[in-house]
Amino acid sequence: MQQIINTFLIGISIGSIYSLMALALVLVWRSTRVVNFGQAGQAIVSTYVAWEVVNRSGSYFLAFVFAVAIGGLLGGLIESGLMRTLFKHASEGPIAAVAPVIVTLGLLGVIRAVVGLIWTNEGKRFESPVDTAGFVIGDTTLPFSRLNLLIVVMAAIVMIIFSIVFQKTNLGLSLRAAAYNPEIARLSGIRVSQTRTIGWVFAGAAGGVAGILVTSNDTLTPNSLDTLLVFAFTAAVIGGLESLVGAVVGGLVLGIGLSFILIYLGTSLVFPTAFIVLVLVLLIRPAGIFGVKGARSA
Amino acid sequence: MLKRKSKHGDDHAKVTKHAKQSNPIRRRILVFVLLGWFLLLLGDRVDELRVYQGALIAIYALAIGSLILLTGYSGQISLGHGAFMAIGAYAAALTQIHFAPPLIFTFIAAVLVTALFGAFLGGGASRLSGPYLAGTTLALALGLPTLANQFGILGGETGLTFDVGFPPERLGLDFTLYKWFYWIAGLATLIMLWMIQNVLKSRYGRAWKAGRSNPAAASLVGLNVGRRKVLAFTVSAGVAGLAGALLGMIAIVSPSAFPLSLSFAILTGAVLAGLTSLAGTIVGGLVLVIIPDIAETISYNLGDSEAVVANLPGLITSVLLILTVILTPNGPAEQWHHHKEKKKQKELAKGH
Amino acid sequence: MLKVERLVVEHGAIRAIDGISFEVATGSLAAVIGSNGAGKTTLLRTLSGLKESKLGKVWWNGREITGMKPEDLVRRGISHVSEGKSVIPELTVKENLALGGLWRGNKSELAQSIEEVVNLFPRLGERMSQRADTLSGGERQMLAIGRAWVSKPSLLLLDEPSLGLAPLVVEQIFATVSMLCRERGITIVLVEQNAMGALSIADKGIIINLGVIVAQGDAKQLIDDPALRSAYLGY
Repeated sequence: MQQIINTFLIGISIGSIYSLMALALVLVWRSTRVVNFGQAGQAIVSTYVAWEVVNRSGSYFLAFVFAVAIGGLLGGLIESGLMRTLFKHASEGPIAAVAPVIVTLGLLGVIRAVVGLIWTNEGKRFESPVDTAGFVIGDTTLPFSRLNLLIVVMAAIVMIIFSIVFQKTNLGLSLRAAAYNPEIARLSGIRVSQTRTIGWVFAGAAGGVAGILVTSNDTLTPNSLDTLLVFAFTAAVIGGLESLVGAVVGGLVLGIGLSFILIYLGTSLVFPTAFIVLVLVLLIRPAGIFGVKGARSA
Repeated sequence: MLKRKSKHGDDHAKVTKHAKQSNPIRRRILVFVLLGWFLLLLGDRVDELRVYQGALIAIYALAIGSLILLTGYSGQISLGHGAFMAIGAYAAALTQIHFAPPLIFTFIAAVLVTALFGAFLGGGASRLSGPYLAGTTLALALGLPTLANQFGILGGETGLTFDVGFPPERLGLDFTLYKWFYWIAGLATLIMLWMIQNVLKSRYGRAWKAGRSNPAAASLVGLNVGRRKVLAFTVSAGVAGLAGALLGMIAIVSPSAFPLSLSFAILTGAVLAGLTSLAGTIVGGLVLVIIPDIAETISYNLGDSEAVVANLPGLITSVLLILTVILTPNGPAEQWHHHKEKKKQKELAKGH
Repeated sequence: MLKVERLVVEHGAIRAIDGISFEVATGSLAAVIGSNGAGKTTLLRTLSGLKESKLGKVWWNGREITGMKPEDLVRRGISHVSEGKSVIPELTVKENLALGGLWRGNKSELAQSIEEVVNLFPRLGERMSQRADTLSGGERQMLAIGRAWVSKPSLLLLDEPSLGLAPLVVEQIFATVSMLCRERGITIVLVEQNAMGALSIADKGIIINLGVIVAQGDAKQLIDDPALRSAYLGY
């Protein structure tokens, strides 16, 4: 029983990070109909910057702020610079369907190479700001540590902020309208291209948070966020690429599921399981838990 | 339709039509044979390193060709062709190690195993499109090679090596191992590319093209778009499997030989080649091999930093990829045609 | 006044609109009639900035608006209700209405405008927090018009508001459109396939066929015009 609770707790911790990254992917998908594989790259940049800040200033909090800021800034720059140019030029021919994917991948490659050039490919240790030992309750030590708690709390805060912005503010309404139906949004006077950029900024910020949280107490390399990207994508697909709530739920479900696999069956099966889950979801219910049927083909 | 003018003109038309049909195939064979001969001679003239690179170029060209078949023609994106190559390589290695058949059977095994896998994946993939397919193949590219770590028979981290034996003695003592690799890879690539060319020009290729640009219309005309898509995946995977087996021949078959960047590199090569241009595959392969070379030269001049050597090729390739997609979405060759077409249209419009 | 001069709009190689000129007096209602594919929707989309014209100019109240983007035109008082009940199904009724006032950023004005819409269409008032996809066809059309209303237009472009609606609802919609023009002084360009209904509430009629105007003039007179019959029935 204890084991189950432990596994569950770890799953929530891992899952919240997936949720954050999945949120970033869904945000961008909703507003621009592009899956931003470069998200991992953006997050890696903000995480490296955060690492530098921690090393120089010793303040995790400051590093966190930087992660969010850089992530957001990068997101906005990429959208207004690269993506807009892309949409102007590559909208026909065999490449049209795959062009955005290829470009975001290229972006990932560029960012990773630049990061590697600046910081080398060696792993950098990213210290956790809080105790990584499990909480002790009575005699037992939970595998859930203060770090895990921090992760869950931060992720929850970000998601709550996003929900508030999206559901309760005018900006959020513009974002949603621009994402659901850009034409009607334009006819209502909403400046859709600006709104899109803001969507990317939010997504970049979310990715930045995910990046710093997942790397805390772990090793940082230019490639270390790749698996997170794939898991986040899987989580987003599970939840339904169209739904922000779905991204959160998908992340948690995936995190908990993988946690059980990890604890009971060993690390080797984690990745293949995630892959199988992804394929199964896409085959059986491509719209995900919260999606509307028929939303599968871009 | 038009009324036929005279019987004489009739026969003439028939003869010319017939001649035109058989000529392209003959012409194609001729081109490939000439190309093969040229590459053969080239192999004699250059040093070991270049010969090795030549083999590598051939392998990349083959992998690119397989991707072009899938993405350019049947419109399905794959970010995971590195995984197919890995499957082919492992299949070849295992066959060679455990059964030691003649080389050609090893390669056939690689092709078949990978094609089978491709069929399986294609079955699922035919209902996916765009980012969903991309994400799935991405997951494949990341996850598949790591599987090798789990199963001892696959050699774990260090991987497997397989031996294609030494070149036959009648080729002379000067005939090095690398040259042998070059011959095998080059020959295999040429043959496969020729076969792919034929497939693409056949009704399957045309069906794929139709299915890509307008699936609804295609299925109305009776083309079973779904099944053809699976076929495309199967063939593409098989060819990639061969490329992987060839790669395994000249390098070690281990998870680290098939990183995510390999899949990206192949994709880049395909885009650079022009997604539908088979002729560009060799150019694509060339670029992929030259860039690390150039990067190394640059890095020596910049002080031989390990970070530069490791990352500069990736940087250049990625930037090239982005630029190519944005500036010449259909590949440089088609962009040129497109440009000329537009000019022609403008002239015609003016005439009105 | 809305003035359109020698407008030419292309769809690829085809001229969807091939030289159209007309004027609509301020505060009046112009009905644009024509059969399917005549170019009516393209006309509205060009006027509202969704589509670029190849040649020609458009003026509104003395200022040239040719080629301006929809977002900017809304700020000049031009609202376009595109065809097919242009509401966003995933948003609630209230949110859909609010869309029209977002650009203004004035909360009290927005609240007031929404109230006015509710007075106009009480049925919407009952469904404020429901998602728009739970509304009937007629209600969605009212919502779309309401949204346009919230942006306080001086020129309203309506694309086939009666499409797919029951006759009784159509009557209601036309009555409302007419009222908006007469009582609130909004200039309205009404594109319709329902020629009779549209012409009966309009001041001016413009008949389009294959991208050109085949007749224009007083709406009541046009009802009997043979050009109308030929535009629809081909003889």
